[in-house]
Amino acid sequence: MTQRKRTKLVWAAWFLAVLHLVVLLAGFFAPYSYDTQDREHPYAAPMRVHLVDAAGRWHFRPFVYGLKAREGSLTAYEEDHTQMFPVNLFVAGEPYTVLGRFHFQTHLLGVQSKAGVEAPARIYLLGADGFGRDQFSRILYGGQVSLFAGILAATLSAIGGLFLGMVAGMFGRPLDDVIMRVGEIFIALPWLYLLISVRAFLPLQMSSTATFALVVGVIGIVGWGRPARLVRNVVLSARERNFVLAARGFGAGKFYLMRRHILPATMSVILPQMALLVPLFMMAEVTLSFLGLGVGEPFPSWGNMLASAQQFHVISSYWWMLLPGLAPAPVFLACHALADSWQEKLKSAV
Amino acid sequence: MTRYLLRRLGHGLLIIFGVSLLLFILQQAAPGDFLSDMKLNGQISEDTAKVLRAQYGVDQPLPRRYGRWMLSVAKGELGYSFAYNVSASSLLAPRVLNTLLLSVPALAITWIIAVPLGVVASAWRGRWLDRFFSAGTSLALAMPDLLLALLAILIALRTHRYPVGGMHSVGAQDWGWFARMKDLGWHMVLPVAVVVIGSVSPILRQVRSSMIAVLDSSYMRAAEGHGLRKWTLLFRHALPAAANPLISLFGLSVAMLLSVTLLVEVVMSWPGIGPLLLESILSRDLFVVIGAVMLSTLLLVIGNLIADVLLYAVDPRIRVQA
Repeated sequence: MTQRKRTKLVWAAWFLAVLHLVVLLAGFFAPYSYDTQDREHPYAAPMRVHLVDAAGRWHFRPFVYGLKAREGSLTAYEEDHTQMFPVNLFVAGEPYTVLGRFHFQTHLLGVQSKAGVEAPARIYLLGADGFGRDQFSRILYGGQVSLFAGILAATLSAIGGLFLGMVAGMFGRPLDDVIMRVGEIFIALPWLYLLISVRAFLPLQMSSTATFALVVGVIGIVGWGRPARLVRNVVLSARERNFVLAARGFGAGKFYLMRRHILPATMSVILPQMALLVPLFMMAEVTLSFLGLGVGEPFPSWGNMLASAQQFHVISSYWWMLLPGLAPAPVFLACHALADSWQEKLKSAV
Repeated sequence: MTRYLLRRLGHGLLIIFGVSLLLFILQQAAPGDFLSDMKLNGQISEDTAKVLRAQYGVDQPLPRRYGRWMLSVAKGELGYSFAYNVSASSLLAPRVLNTLLLSVPALAITWIIAVPLGVVASAWRGRWLDRFFSAGTSLALAMPDLLLALLAILIALRTHRYPVGGMHSVGAQDWGWFARMKDLGWHMVLPVAVVVIGSVSPILRQVRSSMIAVLDSSYMRAAEGHGLRKWTLLFRHALPAAANPLISLFGLSVAMLLSVTLLVEVVMSWPGIGPLLLESILSRDLFVVIGAVMLSTLLLVIGNLIADVLLYAVDPRIRVQA
């Protein structure tokens, strides 16, 4: 394994770890809650954070200008140079919950209205949607759904694939044939058709937590074929290795062999495979939610946030509504880099 | 030849059978259906719903329902649509044609682009051209297909050069056939482009890696030593040797392409299977859902069969075996 690959592995792993942490603590990093509306400013454009004001004076603290409607328009704004709001760190704002248990009020950054100024201060780093909800905050909260749906579904299908692949590899025919033929169908089918049809047979209207669990379950069920096939092949080769044969000669049972010798061998394929499945399954969640079959409003997912961009006037006038579609790209790249170098590392370790 | 083909055909039929069985079992597990949703409508009494259930045979046990469905498949009906009260196939048939219209050219273009570029990338491995392609395919892989489709709409809206979704211009049915074809081609440009961009990367990568495996072999070096021209070497000798895994990939690429096509159809309002599938899911029109998935499976199996025939033509080992 080259030094470059090793660096790549470390970078990809750190990037993903930090991203997940930020998303998990979305309440802190987001200036607003995902459902805080601002009916005064639908489709506000991303704000510029200034250091120099309109008169050309430098300011020590970055600031944003307030918004006022442009003449003759309801959804186009320009900066109101009479209102200046400094961007503060660690400001007290809306209360939020982290991990469903801990309650806080402090946000990483925010703006505060000055006393006596009529318009409440708002900061839209990535613009606002049609209800005046902050896109930046919603992308962070949406990551809670999309990123973790990917990871959970990948874990689920990896566990399923591990179990079925081991059973198929250890117990041989006819169980092997049945499992592998069914798995083949799951692999061969156009995954989107399969995903949608499995989703079709489940209830459409549910609470968002239940829908999330359902979506994860559906993706996991649809995706077990590939890991199962990989695991089976590893099991088949591992059970013929000398130390396994020796252990069997000493009277080791099937389950002992599986746990002690075969399971560790499968890890070298299942972990990189998981790193490849995570972005795939994340996109599956995004697609389902986009089509209205996944997590629904008001809770954001990168998919249902994109759904509004299907309206022509939205997509043509407000480019920032497309940003949730860009969010999966870095995750995709990082996961692929991780899988790539991880595979090599595990290969060189064997 | 016939034995080999029959075996592959049998395999394909088995997949189709397996998928239909799977869908019926899943459907059995589903809570509620179109008719139970109808109960929410106050104008339809409990008795009417019961009669309808009996009439459609929804109250029958699973094996019998499956048998009836098989019969209707044999009659070419694919079950019936609750929502439209016609046979599912009459809804699906025109849609399938539209999906094919989108996916077949896209499949052809994808392969026509991917193979030469992959060969070139493998021949100049590690050089700037290869790096350029590798970066490009990474980027295209990372871009969600959804975003690509939305961007295509944005391009259409901004440039006014291309139609914004749909398949025909308004009033096109009164035009002459040539004008209609031109109109159709004009509507196809963006959707086909999105499908191609969405599916070309993995194929290009596969072409590159299987070409590299061949180029590293000693007989290639020997051919190079004999002074064969580079292009002859690459396309006349190396590519056929590397073709085997690529032909198998052809079958898989059909599945991948169909998924991208589904998405593009929905986003760019192309009247293919995709939008119908979505609509029938939302109205719980289960036979249409099953029919759509079965048709996509059929397309996939056809793609795999084409791959098998190609494999037979290209690989002498299979000819000897069969």
